[in-house]
Amino acid sequence: MTPKDNPKDSESSPEESKQSRRGLGRREFVKLVGGTGVALTAEVLGEKLGSAATPMQGAVVSGKVFGPGPVPIILHVNKQTRKLTIEPRVTLLDALRNHLDLTGAKKVCDRGACGTCTVIINGKAVYACNVLAIELADHDGKPGADILTIEGLAPEGKLHPISASFLDNDAQQCGFCTPGFVLACKTFLDKHRDPTVEQVKEALGGNLCRCGTYMRTRRAAVEAAMKMKGGHA
Amino acid sequence: MADYRWPPAGKRALIGQRISRLDGPWKSSGRAKYTYDVNRPGMLHGKMVLSPYAHAKVVSIDTSAAEAMPGVKAVEIMTGPGKEVLWAGHEIVAIAAETEEQARDAARRVQIRYEQLPHLVSDVEPGKAGEHIKQFNEQADGDADQALQQADVVSEGEYGASVIVHCCPEAHGQLAEWDGDNLTLYVSTQNLSGIPAEMAQAKVVDSADQVRVLMPVMGGGFGSKFAADTWGAACARLAKKSGRPVKMMLERDQELMVAGARPSMYAKVRLGAKRDGTLVGWSSESWGTSGPDASGGAPNLPYVVRIPDRRVRHTAVLTNIGPARPWRAPLNPQMCLITMAAVEDLASKMGMDPLEMLLKNLQLTGPLAKTYQEELEKAAQLMDWRKKWHPRGDKTPGPIRRGLGVSIHTWGGGGHPSNCNCIIRPDGSVEVSLASQDLGTGTRTVIGIVAAETCGLPLEAVKVNIGDTKYPPDGASGGSSTVGGVSSSTRRATTKALNQLFEKVAPSLAVTSDDLEAVGGQIRVKSNPSNAIPWKQACAKLGTTPITALGQRQPGNDDLLSSGVGGAQMAEVSVDVETGIVHVNRLVAVQDCGLIIDLKTAESQVYGACTMGISYSLFEEKIMDEQTGRCLNADMEFYKLAGIGDFGEIMVHIMTGPGYDERGVIGLGEPPVISPGAAISNAVANAIGVRVPTLPLTPAKVLAALEKGGAA
Repeated sequence: MTPKDNPKDSESSPEESKQSRRGLGRREFVKLVGGTGVALTAEVLGEKLGSAATPMQGAVVSGKVFGPGPVPIILHVNKQTRKLTIEPRVTLLDALRNHLDLTGAKKVCDRGACGTCTVIINGKAVYACNVLAIELADHDGKPGADILTIEGLAPEGKLHPISASFLDNDAQQCGFCTPGFVLACKTFLDKHRDPTVEQVKEALGGNLCRCGTYMRTRRAAVEAAMKMKGGHA
Repeated sequence: MADYRWPPAGKRALIGQRISRLDGPWKSSGRAKYTYDVNRPGMLHGKMVLSPYAHAKVVSIDTSAAEAMPGVKAVEIMTGPGKEVLWAGHEIVAIAAETEEQARDAARRVQIRYEQLPHLVSDVEPGKAGEHIKQFNEQADGDADQALQQADVVSEGEYGASVIVHCCPEAHGQLAEWDGDNLTLYVSTQNLSGIPAEMAQAKVVDSADQVRVLMPVMGGGFGSKFAADTWGAACARLAKKSGRPVKMMLERDQELMVAGARPSMYAKVRLGAKRDGTLVGWSSESWGTSGPDASGGAPNLPYVVRIPDRRVRHTAVLTNIGPARPWRAPLNPQMCLITMAAVEDLASKMGMDPLEMLLKNLQLTGPLAKTYQEELEKAAQLMDWRKKWHPRGDKTPGPIRRGLGVSIHTWGGGGHPSNCNCIIRPDGSVEVSLASQDLGTGTRTVIGIVAAETCGLPLEAVKVNIGDTKYPPDGASGGSSTVGGVSSSTRRATTKALNQLFEKVAPSLAVTSDDLEAVGGQIRVKSNPSNAIPWKQACAKLGTTPITALGQRQPGNDDLLSSGVGGAQMAEVSVDVETGIVHVNRLVAVQDCGLIIDLKTAESQVYGACTMGISYSLFEEKIMDEQTGRCLNADMEFYKLAGIGDFGEIMVHIMTGPGYDERGVIGLGEPPVISPGAAISNAVANAIGVRVPTLPLTPAKVLAALEKGGAA
């Protein structure tokens, strides 16, 4: 292992990448809505507690209030500019699935626990259920985030080397969690060209699989890294 | 009479190879469209209102405020006033609105009044459950009391496993779309062909033939998705009322509360042996809950080792914990744990290696004794058991204690009824169609391999159609019954179609059709392989008329399949006696399942089962709050599934070759998920010197057992 490939010396260790995935989602989300006093958190809590109706709320982005009704936004998804009109409370996951028909990111836990909705935002793996779509949109003349979903990883009919490695190693059974794993794997391998199995176990720890493909997934990740370097598995 | 037999070992081109799954590219590229992913023009989103109470009577429902909410298009009462709900999360009202968010808002506006009734949500011993019990008839063979009295050594213990849930990644649910009186349902189901009749029974349609069910891929079932359920019928009614397609998938909390649970099982066991280790007597008092009824059934104890003198009593504790559903190998993991833990405890008491005790008693396993012997020896070799095993209680200094555990299991896995239609067209294309489903087990791929092997073609040359009720009806995918069913019907259909093709081709090769075989993309003369015609040219002789043939797997035509497998597993664990944390370093799984069609997906089944096994052994438990009667961990933060880093390694070995292949095809989904709990529990006992009585083996339980055992 070269020093460059040592996760401790690289820009983002597996531990950090797990942290940042949660950071961009949960922590900043709570900070944002908590700091500005918008009742989104209360709404989530209210629903879980089965309380009486909670009115729709708007969202605050960079100090401006949007909503609560649908607002037009522009997202940059898979190198395409996509216009949509959504309520500010719509998560990125629901925007992708319900408004853009990009259903590769799956909804399972819907609260940042399982990783099945993983997408790549500005190069980082992020739980799409834990971030509002409007937060990533064009705003005040500034371009929004660069969003990559599994559909943008390779053209239709072609397999990205990571997807191909998941296929070859049968690192998928029902396959529902697979797109999330593939994208989490991509952000990891972008920074770790020579991963060990131990590093893979750490880096993909934010994704859950119910069918139990982990033994296969570990190998798929390591083999994909070798193939992408032009080596042989 | 056509010869359907599987080709012998030397003549298999595809069967038994490691072949990647056919739908793998769709899945790993995110293009596979699951039920949850289907979006139809004009589609509405459905949400349900659930009972917050574990036991209550619905007094009144007022949906007027909900109906006035923006975007709401239809409301359906699922459980009306006067009806009783028996668990928290029971569905009361369903609402369809333009967006998910609007449907959720409206659901909160529904006013429901309940009359709360007393509930019981803990699976306490029957003596503490008052009248909330159902006693099963005692089962007895021989004289257990006398056998235990005469035994040289008797071990007593209490063992069990908590209620766990299925937690399917793709929630239960469906999309319903009407065209006049005809209903199209996209359902996430293990039982595609059974859904139309269910819709007719629910009076959603007048007759089953009005319903078409579609499901190309599905996101996990594990035994919990045999029915379209009340929400299937409600969704169809919402679609009818609104005149729009409606998609209604369960939210995660509902999925974990009501859409599948494995019954708990606990037992107090007495087990006796002669001085040489021969098991001689068993008595057990067991109990457990499968929710408000006794649908979970009674265990048949002891498991695998049929001790001649036994007495077994079981009591179902009737609770408001939620409904049970079959969970991969129903009852077997629990029975296996109870039996194998008792055997291990007894071996430990006698200072005997439990592997030797199992080997000593294999005659009690019946016809699979030789299989178990081979599998245990293979597992011992992979685990290096005889070198690593030590008597109970690792004496190594420091907090980390290592230990080994062993278990054996069994399952049926005979094929279900199945119908396959095979078409061979003049252009050479081959299509096989069944209204079956692929749960992620590899069913689609297995069907393709069988058809391609039969026609002597590469896998890519065959088109496999499943997941649509317009194809011939097929069985539900449960109990490891699918692979035997679909491989059998596909082999028959394809062989029949091929024989018709042989008849067309035979004259041009100047032989009779019996003299032909399809190998390597050609149809050729068996006795003179150079006398051959390429597949496409052969099919061109059909003119304009394709060949079709139906193949059926019916009870009785058993020549291609069998049932009854063994399986042995060994676990090696490290336990930190200061924190109570258990780590599975290695799980070895040796499994037979007759003739393997696709070794790659078969091995994946075993890896997956072992992973699920580690998960339920260490982490999973449906935790109920006695005060409110609600599930406290109906989410994925606190309902813990094993992650990729939560264990060391799993080693899989599948028994193939002479003695196994000629049995024909046997299902594999269930058996390897049975033993992990027992093997891991036994390994923990071997490591720390005391038994942690129940699964999951949480740190708190490990520490409590150490304290009680005086070893902490």
